[in-house]
Amino acid sequence: MKYASEFRDSRLARGLISKIERSSRTPVRFMEFCGSHTVAIFRYGIRQVLPKTVTTLSGPGCPICVTANADLDKAIALARIPNVIMASFGDVLRVPGSYTSLQAVRAEGADVRVIYSAMDALKIAQNNPTKQVVLLGIGFETTTPTIAAAILQAEQESLTNFSVLSWHKLSPPAMKALLDSGDVALDGLICPGHVSIITGSQAWEFIARDYGIPCVVAGFEPLDILQCVDMLVSQVENGVAKVEIAYRRGVQHEGNTVAQQLMETVFEPCPAQWRGMGTIPASGLKLRPEYGRFDAEQVFDIDPGPTREPEGCICGEVLRGVSPPVDCPLFGKVCHPENPVGACMVSSEGSCFTYYLYGGKNE
Amino acid sequence: MCVAIPALIKSIDGQLAQVEIGGITQTANLQLCPQAQVGDYVIVHTGYAINTLDRQEAKETLDLFEAIARVAQEEN
Amino acid sequence: MSDTILLAHGSGGKLAHRLIEETILSSLSNPVLACMDDSAVLELNGRLAFTTDSYVVNPIFFPGGDIGRLAVCGTTNDLAMSGATPLYLSLAFIIEEGFALSDLKRVLASIRDTAREASVQIVTGDTKVVNRGNVDKLYINTAGIGKIPSEVNISGANIAPGDKVILSGSIGDHGIAIMSKREGLHFSTELESDCAPLDRLVADMLSAGARIHALRDPTRGGLATTLNELSDQSGVKIIVEEEKIPVRDEVLGACEMLGFDPLYVANEGKLVAFVPASDADRVVEAMRRNEYGADAAIIGQVQQTDTPCVVMKTVLGASRLIDMLVGDLLPRIC
Repeated sequence: MKYASEFRDSRLARGLISKIERSSRTPVRFMEFCGSHTVAIFRYGIRQVLPKTVTTLSGPGCPICVTANADLDKAIALARIPNVIMASFGDVLRVPGSYTSLQAVRAEGADVRVIYSAMDALKIAQNNPTKQVVLLGIGFETTTPTIAAAILQAEQESLTNFSVLSWHKLSPPAMKALLDSGDVALDGLICPGHVSIITGSQAWEFIARDYGIPCVVAGFEPLDILQCVDMLVSQVENGVAKVEIAYRRGVQHEGNTVAQQLMETVFEPCPAQWRGMGTIPASGLKLRPEYGRFDAEQVFDIDPGPTREPEGCICGEVLRGVSPPVDCPLFGKVCHPENPVGACMVSSEGSCFTYYLYGGKNE
Repeated sequence: MCVAIPALIKSIDGQLAQVEIGGITQTANLQLCPQAQVGDYVIVHTGYAINTLDRQEAKETLDLFEAIARVAQEEN
Repeated sequence: MSDTILLAHGSGGKLAHRLIEETILSSLSNPVLACMDDSAVLELNGRLAFTTDSYVVNPIFFPGGDIGRLAVCGTTNDLAMSGATPLYLSLAFIIEEGFALSDLKRVLASIRDTAREASVQIVTGDTKVVNRGNVDKLYINTAGIGKIPSEVNISGANIAPGDKVILSGSIGDHGIAIMSKREGLHFSTELESDCAPLDRLVADMLSAGARIHALRDPTRGGLATTLNELSDQSGVKIIVEEEKIPVRDEVLGACEMLGFDPLYVANEGKLVAFVPASDADRVVEAMRRNEYGADAAIIGQVQQTDTPCVVMKTVLGASRLIDMLVGDLLPRIC
C-alpha cells in the first residue's frame, strides 16, 4: 500500500463513474471548497467523465486567492524594510498587491526567500542573527499548526529575530458567510480533505444541520473525488443531508487534537478581510498577546499606503462561485498567467489559473 | 488547498523523522503527529506530518471500489 | 601556480597564458586548437547547423553530471536535433575570482570526456575572470557547428497530422536531481541527472531508414513546454497519453512533495521525435538499442487542427489542455 497510486486506478474509476451514472437523476450543483480539489478535478478531467446531471463549481478555498490586497501590500512594505528577510512559500511571490509584487521587490533588492517549510524560516533566523526574519504565515487549518509549531520552537530557542505576519484563515466561517450571502445555491459540498485532517469532519456538521446541504470530506486522488461525488449523489437521491467521509484513511470525526491544541495555544480568532467576500467575523487568526514578540505587525511599524483593487477584475465573484472565470471580461485577454491581474490567475490552484491551464478557457 | 502527500517513516530521531516518498528521502517534523511510529505512513504537509494513515481503512475503501467495479462490469 | 583563480588569470598576461597552456590546452588539445591563432580555421562544406547556449547551472557539480558535461551536451544536442552531426565547439568561461583551480580542472576533464563521447572537437575558446560576486562560481558558453546530411530535413515545422510522438525515456530526472542538491529543499535521492549527448541516438534513428519530421530535446520548461512550441510551429494538435509517459518514482515523489508537475521539469538527455506512423515502430526499436533511448516509447499522435494545442488523455480517459510553463517552478503549499 502506497496510499497514492492505488487511488488512481482507471478500472476502479470506471466502476465509480458508472455507479454515479446509474444513481444520479436529479440535476445537482456541488461546490469543491478547496483549490487543490479544483486542480485535481481539472488535472484528471473529472468534469468530463461525470454525467450531465452533476455540475461542480469552485469555491473560495485557495489561501493565496482570498488574501486581500491590503494584506499583500503589508508584506511588500515589510520586505522593503532594510535588514528584513522575508521568508515566503513559493505561491505568494507573483501575486500582485495594489502596486507591485514580492517578486518585483525582490528584483529591486529586497531579501525575499522561498521556503518549503516553516522550519526553513527558523533556520534562516538562526543563521542570520543580525537580520530580522519574517515568515509569511498563510494558509488554512492544514498549514496553521505548522506555523504555530515554528513559533513555539522559536520561543523555546529564545530567537529574538523571528516573527510571523499572520494571514491565516479558518475555512468553516468562510463557507458559512458564502451560504449566508445567498449568492449560490448548492446541493452538496465537497469538503477539503487536508483541512479536515486537522479540524475533523465535525467542522462541517453545521452545514448539513443548519443548511440541509450534504457534505462529504474527500481526498485528492481521482478515486477519492469520484467516491465523494457518488456519496453526495446518494445523499441527494435519498433526501438526506449529513457529513460523511470519503477519505477515511486520513480523516477522523474529531480531527488532529494535538494540532488543534497547538493552534489554540498560539493563535486566537479575529475578523479577517477576504478578497471578494469582505470582512468575515472570527474567520482569521492572529497571534495571542503572550506571543506578541513574534507578531510582525507588532514588531514592525508597517506603512503600506493606500490600497487599490484592479479594475474590471471579478476575482471576488469567482471566489464566491457566483461566476466562472470565463465570464470575466479580462480572462485570457488582459489577464493571463504571464500577466495576472487578480490573485486567482496567479495561484497554482486559483480558479482562473486552473481554468486557463487545464483548458477551461475552451469550455 | 494544501499539498500534502503520504510518506513512509523509516527512522525517528527525537521530533524529526526520515520519511520516504517514492525514491526520495525527506525529513519530516512529528510535532503534530507524536503517535507516529517507524513503519507508519504519515501525510506530510510543508515538512510536518499531520496525521498517520490508516491501512485498514484504506484497504476497506479499495475493497469497496473493487466491489463497485465488479457490479459495473456485470451490468455492462 | 595559485590554487584559486585570481583576477590576473583573466588579464591576458603571463598568468592568463599559463592558465590556458597548463590547464585548458593540456586537457582539450587537438590540432585545430593547438594552432593558437586568433580563430579556428575549419574546412567545411554542405549544409551546416550552428547554435549557441550559455550554462549557469547551480550547483555546478550535481549527481550524474556537472556544468562542463552540460555545456557540451546542451550544444551538441541542439545540433543533433536538426539532424546534424556535431563537429566543432567553442568554449568560453566566465569565472568568479577565487574559484578553486581544482574545480576548474574537474570541469575541464568532464568537458574532455563528454566531447570525446560526442565526437566533437573544441576548437576555440576564451577565459574571463570577474570580481567576486559578479558571477556565481563559473558560467560557460559554448557554440557548435555540425554538418547536416543532404537527405535529412528535420524541423519543428515539419510535423504532419498522423505522425506518432516518440519520447526517448523518463522525464524530469535532470530537474529533480539538481533540486535535490539545492539549499533549502529537504530531500535526498539517488536519482541522477539524465545529462547526455544524444548525437549517437539521433544517428541510430536516422540509420534505421525512417523519415523523421521533427526532433527536440525538452530541456527547461520540460516536455509540456516543448510540445507546445512544436504544436505552434507546425500548426497541429498533439495528443499525448498520461499513462504512456515514463516518470521515475523519485521524480514523481519529489514533484508531489513540492507541488510540481513532471511535465514541466527539465531534462538534459531526452528527446521527443515526430515520425510518420508507418515508421514509428522501427524508430523506437532503433532507439531502444542505444543506451540513451532504452526506455523509448510512443506517447501520442498528431492531428490536424485550426487551433494548435497540446492535449493530454488522463488516466480517466478524459482530456485536458497542456500549456507552457508559466514563471518558475517554486515549492508551494497549495
